[in-house]
Amino acid sequence: MDTTTVFLVLVVLTVASFFMGRKRSHAVVSGQGGARMLHSLPKHYGYMAALWALLPALLVLAFWLAFESTILARLVLSELPPAVKQMPATEQGLYFNQIVSYARGSSDAVQLDASQVAAADHYRTLVSSSGAIKALLVFLVALLGAGLALRRIRPALRARNHVEDIFKWILFACSFLAVLTTLGIVLSVLFEAIRFFQIIPLADFLFGLEWSPQMAIRAEQVGASGSFGLIPLLVGTLLISAVAMVIAVPVGLMSAIYLSEYASEGFRAIAKPVLEILAGVPTVVYGFFAALTVAPFIRTLGESFGLDVASESALAAGLVMGIMIIPFVLSLSDDILNAVPDTLREASLGMGATMSETIRNVLLPAALPGIVGGILLAVSRAIGETMIVVMAAGLSAKLSINPLEAVTTITVQIVTLLVGDQEFDSPKTLAAFALGLVLFFVTLMLNIIALYVVRKYREQYE
Amino acid sequence: MNNTNEQRSSRASLAIQASLKKRYARERRFQWYGRVAVIIGFTFLFVLLFDIISKGTPAFTQQYIRVTVNLDPAELGLEPGASREQMFAADYLSPIRSSLRAMFPDASSRKDKQSLYRLVSAGAEYNVRDQVLADPGLIGQTSEIWLRAHSEAGSYLKGQVGADTPEADRRVNDLQIAWLDRLRAEGRTESRFNTTFFTQGDSREPEMAGIKVALYGSFFTLLVTFVIAFPIGVAAAIYLEEFAPRNRITDLIEININNLAAVPSIVFGLLGLAVFINFFGLPRSAPLVGGIVLSLITLPTIIITSRAAIQAVSPSIRQAALGVGASKLQTVVHHVLPVAMPGILTGAIIGMAQALGETAPLLMIGMVAFIMDAPAGVSDAATVLPVQIFLWADSPERGFTEKTSAAIMVLMGFLIVMNALAIYLRRHFEQK
Repeated sequence: MDTTTVFLVLVVLTVASFFMGRKRSHAVVSGQGGARMLHSLPKHYGYMAALWALLPALLVLAFWLAFESTILARLVLSELPPAVKQMPATEQGLYFNQIVSYARGSSDAVQLDASQVAAADHYRTLVSSSGAIKALLVFLVALLGAGLALRRIRPALRARNHVEDIFKWILFACSFLAVLTTLGIVLSVLFEAIRFFQIIPLADFLFGLEWSPQMAIRAEQVGASGSFGLIPLLVGTLLISAVAMVIAVPVGLMSAIYLSEYASEGFRAIAKPVLEILAGVPTVVYGFFAALTVAPFIRTLGESFGLDVASESALAAGLVMGIMIIPFVLSLSDDILNAVPDTLREASLGMGATMSETIRNVLLPAALPGIVGGILLAVSRAIGETMIVVMAAGLSAKLSINPLEAVTTITVQIVTLLVGDQEFDSPKTLAAFALGLVLFFVTLMLNIIALYVVRKYREQYE
Repeated sequence: MNNTNEQRSSRASLAIQASLKKRYARERRFQWYGRVAVIIGFTFLFVLLFDIISKGTPAFTQQYIRVTVNLDPAELGLEPGASREQMFAADYLSPIRSSLRAMFPDASSRKDKQSLYRLVSAGAEYNVRDQVLADPGLIGQTSEIWLRAHSEAGSYLKGQVGADTPEADRRVNDLQIAWLDRLRAEGRTESRFNTTFFTQGDSREPEMAGIKVALYGSFFTLLVTFVIAFPIGVAAAIYLEEFAPRNRITDLIEININNLAAVPSIVFGLLGLAVFINFFGLPRSAPLVGGIVLSLITLPTIIITSRAAIQAVSPSIRQAALGVGASKLQTVVHHVLPVAMPGILTGAIIGMAQALGETAPLLMIGMVAFIMDAPAGVSDAATVLPVQIFLWADSPERGFTEKTSAAIMVLMGFLIVMNALAIYLRRHFEQK
């Protein structure tokens, strides 16, 4: 039976359990004064039976689906001739995919060998028996759950409280998903990164000055391990982020100061949403703008000054990234400036200081921790930004701090390593996960520090 | 004594008077810094939008050339009374080519002929095929057929490339320009609204490429995202606002939600690749996996906005419900949620807009394939609008630049509609 049918039958069973639960609640009190003798409304007994039927069966189904394909693959592979088992993982994968696509009828047997055809038959029997076992197991669990719930129905059973408790647990599970997601990110990235560090020593990765993973494709060549030094990528990332910050911080901060301290209410009401449109533009659009408009413009501009500008200069990518981050800096600084108590402003103005003196000598020092926190958050955004740099920054890792040259970043390399054909066990693809780990760790640190600073600052005035 | 004091204060006031001018000048300068910053922001936005719109608008028109095609059965390779399958497989390219040669006999050399053939789209033969299949009576007759112009010829007809640019800098050569001018003079060219752009999938030829597959893919992906992220996000927000006890686990959850909101989206892509594709064996390039990954990315947004909406519900409503004997869950489901719903929906729409524009994580899970057929479900290979933009932006053909910009305009159009809806919802229900 396929999964959709199993699911639909499960839904039918659930609905049936609801009605049976409701009926049974009426039945247990039929001789003793009717439904008012029940602790809860009859429908709550129905809900209880339905939940007992549905939830455990759903869990079983989810587990089965999660592990079905992996277990089937193992079973089929274990029956294959030893020559196949000794194949490298990628070839074995290809070999297995041919079996599966033949078994599903989406390809014909022309380019298959005899053992593959046999394995395909084996696969087909396994799939059908797995489907049968799955359906049987799910229905059994559902019936068992419903039966247990129905047996428990008594007039004194607190069905409503019971149902509400179950719902509370479901709500909790939903919010706990956030923790699981973080855990999933950490574990998936960490596992692959550890496998990478078994091939490439950690020290070579962290302190290496050269990044050229392309060499790793041809396994038999000399120096085939490639070089995986993080430093050029880190420097490139920081260079582009620095250019972005040079654009975004002054523009964002001064706009925030102007809009919150000088501008009229009407101008502010228009200008702020208009500038925030910049935050809603998808990053792929910025990337296109950077690659096709800004980069050629900067190149011609540089040439007119007699400068040699790379066509994928860090300046172009950084400039556009800066534009993207302006609204981010703007709204964070705006919030923080508004959080500074008016008494400070009034005291300074009352002493005869001009508005700009008040801002420079009173407001900014008071808001400084918050603004620094905001800038750190913006830096973390810049480091993690992907599409702009993928489309507008370079691919070759050059160790340079000249913004007119082409540099590459961590995110660019993750995308280049993982997009397109990939063999999953080569150091090349594993390196992407190691880079992902670095990226996750760096942005996490920045966020934690920034959130701490911002919160600390807020507490001061509350 | 008194005298010296007065002298001193007048001297001080003189000094203040003297410095005032400087201070006011500095004040004005400072105000101008602020104005300039706002103006710079506006300028960036204006340049960005203007650049995209001016590049993208031409893509919404498509140039057509009317060619007198003689559909000679012998040249098509068809016997009389050919079946539909035979007609489908017939050679429509040669009649088109010979008709073009008949119209412009001056193309004699091999190179010139190649230029001549490049006036019409490489997909022109399918164009003719579809017309013949619709009306088999055309076979054996000479008829006027409108053919899609090649993207380079089209860009000359649209006036994007002029004859005054040096020949080396343009892809249409002088000969082609002469032919196109003649065609235009004879009234054999026409500009139409580009329906291909909305009804076709990706293609190697710019004039044949469309965003249909990407639109379908985006729809299915967002559907999965919404189905997963909305209920889970709302449930998590309800738990954290209404039920969560103050303890370590709750703190842990809150810290995690705040941090996830700031994790780079590409890291979620790595998670999707390692867990959903490699571990659970879900199909690559499918909207299903894309939707799951995007739902994890949008969850923090939905949770945070839903919490704010639930928090904004007046406590009197809760107290009234609890006071007449409703349980906590009944209070929330029957009374708090309906009041908070507009705010929650606003958050959900903003989250969906964020998901619609997301590209990087989808590259990780392989939604970058070249796909010509629209997906029929959530597990078919598909691409989404931002990824299509990314793919086209990378194409060397110049004709794709305007397609990319046009696709960006469509994407931004959707985002504007979604955000406008969110703002409308917020305004409309705030008034109540």
